Amino acid sequence: MNLINFFTAHWAEIMRAALEHITMVGIAMLLAIGAGVPLGILVTRRRSLRAPILGTSNLIQTIPSLALFGFLLPVPWLAARSDRLAITALALYSLLPIIRNTYTGITGVDPAIREVGRGMGMTDGQLLWQVELPLAMSTIMAGIRVATVIAIGVATIAAAVGAGGLGEFVFRGVAMVDNQFILAGAIPAALLALAADLGFGLLEKKLQRRH
Amino acid sequence: MADRDEGAAIEFVDVTYRTAEGRVLLSKLNLRVLRGETLVLLGRSGSGKTTTLKLINGLLTCQEGSVIVDGKPVSSWDLIRLRRHIGYAIQDVGLFPHITVERNVGLVPTLEKWPLQRIRTRVEELLQLVGLPAGEFRRRYPNQLSGGQRQRVGLGRALAADPPILLMDEPFGALDPLTRAVIQREFKSLQQRLNKTVVFVTHDVREAMLLATRIAVLDEGRMLGVYSPRDFLQSKDAVVSDYVNVLRSEMELFQGLES
Repeated sequence: MNLINFFTAHWAEIMRAALEHITMVGIAMLLAIGAGVPLGILVTRRRSLRAPILGTSNLIQTIPSLALFGFLLPVPWLAARSDRLAITALALYSLLPIIRNTYTGITGVDPAIREVGRGMGMTDGQLLWQVELPLAMSTIMAGIRVATVIAIGVATIAAAVGAGGLGEFVFRGVAMVDNQFILAGAIPAALLALAADLGFGLLEKKLQRRH
Repeated sequence: MADRDEGAAIEFVDVTYRTAEGRVLLSKLNLRVLRGETLVLLGRSGSGKTTTLKLINGLLTCQEGSVIVDGKPVSSWDLIRLRRHIGYAIQDVGLFPHITVERNVGLVPTLEKWPLQRIRTRVEELLQLVGLPAGEFRRRYPNQLSGGQRQRVGLGRALAADPPILLMDEPFGALDPLTRAVIQREFKSLQQRLNKTVVFVTHDVREAMLLATRIAVLDEGRMLGVYSPRDFLQSKDAVVSDYVNVLRSEMELFQGLES
């Protein structure tokens, strides 16, 4: 009962924080996709780059999220604004699943299919855009799904560097030892993660059913 | 180099192909495929049939000798142009699973940037040619087709841009015997009308006898000889007579059961 009253009383604030949260994750995901998918493709084309690129993104993934925010603090342009910093950290965090799934998706395309495409006179670019990427799309989408769900969770920590989002409530609640505040951040964040998971799951299935 | 006459669409001159690990898959292959004929490459798995085929459209490159297509060595062709000049059909997996029958068949014309209306008309024409009503099939995906229908679409796709040369790698290999017999017959009558130069890979001696103008027998990367179906039956070569014996024993089985 108390909690419901709390939510209604702080509704506007919660919505604002949720919107910040979504914007932060959204921009970070666009950046991560924009960098991760091309990197994943690059890795399928140049074997020598596979170990360094996958290794680096793997390494980033192992850094505790709070520490990653911390590491970025001394970087000049990034640290000038806290949202910049948070978005960069989230994007870096999301790289691994996207790169890895792009790589797995493309290398998982039946070699015979690829050869037929080449045999019919497709250029490398045509093969990539018309055959490899469409066939890898559901796997790539699965990577984006995982990355998004993780990013929604990690983004609560962005409040620690002052970037806002639902984490504000969580941190405030921890400081004041007030569960209502914690839940006011945690429940919407969890719901967002679930919604993203569900939405991307449907998209993934739709991409799969075509073949 | 021997003088090339007008009749050869494809010519292999002393071609040797090794894998990256150095295994020899073809050695000193010499072969001339005449314009308008159906040359069947017959041999067991691993004899080098598919390798031979892929050397023609540049999917593989030989280390020694040269492969000449329409008077020009493959090495000096623009590979993209060469491949669009040659139709290519393979067993079963050949269709792109994520696009419709219509887009599969219209693929090379689309790559060649034909106007949309022309592609549409061409696809209808081709589906009709391979015996699939366009209205019913054009919007289907490959997984909504039977094996025989897929093979027909594959054939239609290979013919799409009207290439003078067709390469076919066991295109009917995955079909049940009844469907295969129907499609073989249809392909034969189609070929008599279209007059393409066809290189057809198979390990099925009956298919070879049925379709071939000439049969080239490969064994462990060597060319044993090129025979007309009639000469094939009379050859003294051990491998060839093994094949002929297969045909004979099938006939005997048939006669034995009938009498």
